[in-house]
Amino acid sequence: MEQYSSKVMEHFAHPHNVGEIENADGVGTVGNPVCGDVMRLYIKVDNNVITDAKFKTFGCGAAIATSSMVTDLVRGKNIDEALKISNQAVAEALGGLPKVKMHCSVLAEEALKSALDDYYKKKGVPSPVKLPQESGHEHEME
Amino acid sequence: MRKVYLDHAATTPAHPKVVEAMMPYFTGKFGNPSSLHDMGREAKDAVEKARGETAALIGARPEEILFTSSGAESNNFALKGLAQAYSQKGKHIIVSQIEHFSILHPAKTLEKSGFAVTYLETDKEGLVDPGDVEKAITKDTILVSVMHANNEIGTIEPIEEIAKITREKGVLFHTDAVASVGWVPVDVKALGVDALSLSGHQFYGPKGAAALFLRKGIRIKPLLEGGIQEDGRRAGTENVPAVVGLGKAAELAAAELPRRATYVSSLRDRLQRGLLEKIDHVVVNGHPTRRLPHNLNVSMWYVEGESMLLFLNMEGVSVSSGSACTSRSLKASHVLVCIGTDAAVANGTLLMTLGTGNTADDIDYVIEKLPPIVQRLREMSPLYEDMIKKEKVR
Repeated sequence: MEQYSSKVMEHFAHPHNVGEIENADGVGTVGNPVCGDVMRLYIKVDNNVITDAKFKTFGCGAAIATSSMVTDLVRGKNIDEALKISNQAVAEALGGLPKVKMHCSVLAEEALKSALDDYYKKKGVPSPVKLPQESGHEHEME
Repeated sequence: MRKVYLDHAATTPAHPKVVEAMMPYFTGKFGNPSSLHDMGREAKDAVEKARGETAALIGARPEEILFTSSGAESNNFALKGLAQAYSQKGKHIIVSQIEHFSILHPAKTLEKSGFAVTYLETDKEGLVDPGDVEKAITKDTILVSVMHANNEIGTIEPIEEIAKITREKGVLFHTDAVASVGWVPVDVKALGVDALSLSGHQFYGPKGAAALFLRKGIRIKPLLEGGIQEDGRRAGTENVPAVVGLGKAAELAAAELPRRATYVSSLRDRLQRGLLEKIDHVVVNGHPTRRLPHNLNVSMWYVEGESMLLFLNMEGVSVSSGSACTSRSLKASHVLVCIGTDAAVANGTLLMTLGTGNTADDIDYVIEKLPPIVQRLREMSPLYEDMIKKEKVR
């Protein structure tokens, strides 16, 4: 397997924004323990701006690092900007991910979208978030 | 920082005496064993001495040892070579589901070329039932391959019992003993097998030298053709230094085996006790008694194996999270799935394999370092959070 970048290792060893947000405005949980990773993302929204984001993740080094990075990226953004955060942006911000670990960045994007979707649902507003039907969580063959 | 290597199932360091024995064959005694001059003769003698030493370790005759490059090659050779040599007799093969991929993948390949393969289940401790082997044998069966000890969970299979059945039925029996040779006594006559794979770097030999034991009189189709080496059954100039190293490692293992096994099993038991005492929601995989002396395979609920491995690595501790190829596939280990481990729990598995270089202090260091890592990851885990919330409701 390719090695992790130093940025990935930094975020894995000292992840930012770990935890829960009580009375969060949006919570999204994606992934499956059978596949080896589950991400839960909490967001706090104030005036259309994401003022806080926290996460809990069960997963490999890349899963924890992408969770940390996506919560960093989303803080202070308005919702439209947040919806544009792609998995590639998360991976790039981490200095790249090994090919077999790219699905972790997909999971991070999905966790964010799922939390935003939950935010709209909680507000009782039709959600503009397009949730993927099936997680892009395809596995490489051994 | 302390360095603790607990990944001896991945590879062992070469013993200093092994390296010492190998050195002359890189430079001064560099001849090709197939050459007719004195330089060739000298190399040939060294290879034959190593063949005798390797044979002695497993109670075989020297002429029953074929040198190969790796355990994977020995396994491929046995499965494909025996299947093809005996295909006019029948086209059915039996293997267990917990075999190494170097058995399972050749089995799949053979299926594509017209062989039928039965994949036997095991019980929850990883044991193959010899009765299942007997039931699976048909008139068309030519070969059974069940590993001596599993490389991940360490379970030692009832090889003697299976061999009794295959002998009665006139079916060839190969066992992959790569994980066990050098750690538990292996005697091909006592086991009653027709073929057996072993690998030098699993027991303080060098990488690049392994062997296939093939009982006298059994035919095999070569994988590598075009040379007279290994009695025409494996072409290619011998890796003389590595073969010499394998021989030396075999000689050392034969002399030291009981002491090695007692030493590593007492450290393994200390590690197991310490971890079970300090970590809750943890299971030990494999068989409680029929297992390799240096193997500890544990699953920690609610945390993932690779993240534990990386944090342990930062503390100077080298372990494996299941088999390396398994972790690359991003799938729960096929061995743990076969023994019925919940796939989510299987993802939280660490494989720790000890060696003669480990000390009690090393073990205590790991017992000190791992529990806080597990706790830290659990505090980060949504699965753990859900479990705690459920417990509170109760």
